[in-house]
Amino acid sequence: MKPAGAVAGASLAERVRAAAEIAAEHAEAVDREGRFPHEAVDAMRAGRLLALSAPAEVGGEGASLADIAGICTTLGGACASAGMVFAMHHISLVNLLDCGMESAWHREFLTRAASEQLLFASSTTEAGVGGDLRQSICAVEADGERFNLAKNAPVISYGEEADAIFATARRDPDAPSSDQVLCVLLKDQMEIERVSTWDALGMRGTCSHGFRYKANAPQEQILPRPFADIAAESMVAASHLLWSSVWCGIASDALAKAQAFVTAEARKNPAVTPPGAPKLAETYTRLRLIEAAIRDGLARWDVMRANPDAGPTMGFALAMNALKVSVSTEALRVVDEALMICGLQAYKNSGPYSLGRHLRDIHSARLMIGNDRILAGAGQLLLVQRTAQTRRS
Amino acid sequence: MNQQIHDIILAHAGLPAGVEITDETDLYRAGMKSFASVQLMLALEEAFDIEFPEEMLNRATFRSASAIERAVSQISSATLVA
Repeated sequence: MKPAGAVAGASLAERVRAAAEIAAEHAEAVDREGRFPHEAVDAMRAGRLLALSAPAEVGGEGASLADIAGICTTLGGACASAGMVFAMHHISLVNLLDCGMESAWHREFLTRAASEQLLFASSTTEAGVGGDLRQSICAVEADGERFNLAKNAPVISYGEEADAIFATARRDPDAPSSDQVLCVLLKDQMEIERVSTWDALGMRGTCSHGFRYKANAPQEQILPRPFADIAAESMVAASHLLWSSVWCGIASDALAKAQAFVTAEARKNPAVTPPGAPKLAETYTRLRLIEAAIRDGLARWDVMRANPDAGPTMGFALAMNALKVSVSTEALRVVDEALMICGLQAYKNSGPYSLGRHLRDIHSARLMIGNDRILAGAGQLLLVQRTAQTRRS
Repeated sequence: MNQQIHDIILAHAGLPAGVEITDETDLYRAGMKSFASVQLMLALEEAFDIEFPEEMLNRATFRSASAIERAVSQISSATLVA
């Protein structure tokens, strides 16, 4: 089947490869200058990769989350920032698809987003809620058919480059902090001011600056489902799966460099197995486990989505927490081991085996929703998880 | 049982002070977070001497007082049969 929006003649794999090549070409400059990966995102647009998971009837290609995850890995290996932009955009797209298809405005918006290849950013973090996704201070204030929203957002990744921002807020000024909605805000409906600059160790191209903004938009742009359900039923799991896929890409590229390094050693002296070879095998094994964990997570996602009435079980939530914690930890180890294998050639900031950018980028993984916070939540869930072994008699 | 469930919800669901709930109030919308839903569930298990099976451990089970009552009744009657 040739999807309607596809670039004539090019398969999805070819389009992804083309975008990844451009992302890789500019990855160093993006990192050095701490700037948005414009070239890579333009290439994603040219390859029509920004609405892949939307159904064909609105101009997408009906790609599965596993398809998107695979692309995250490919792009993440080329340029981690570009891969993360792609991942974060598609997490917002999952949210939109989940509750937008029955609403006329969102359906229309999806069609436009697919046709114009609009880029979505997410504004969930807010000053004063301690990084808790499920709490807002700001509130939607009804203004006739429209609403006003003012938010103090310490981080919005690529907030300046996105065409639309998905913002959480309390349902109304009287709602408790956890009674949230998700609003689609278009660029021309916002007054946005940058209040802090993202100058970070890694993931420098995500341009996750701090902003303060005011928006005025029609109420029909508010997603119809409560954000509590969106977060629990898709957003958190999709985030863990797609982020993990990007981290897997960073680790894969680091392993590829280590493998090339050891192979070059072997060519110099074919009679002797290079000293780095056993370590390389160990690192390779670790990467296979990461990939297996992601595949397992994607399979669990499919099972959960096939049974939408029941919603995700605590077992599913636990599995997604475990995925995030393990991949973020193990991917860092892979990059660290690759550094050990290549030695000073990897420590240098130039040359074919340089791993400084990979190491700095992958250090973000354990911090994007801190692993300690996730483990605290998982510990709670384990108190109530029921398996045959834990059942009290 | 209904009154007992309401009492347990008020004690453990972590709702903002002064919130009034009916049988159908959506507890998540009223302010119950996942941490509190875990405490609520443990308190229900203790009060009714039951154990929620894995397949019932989802948001729908704990969404409202009436949903909880249905779940507790279902588990209690299943236990009697077994």
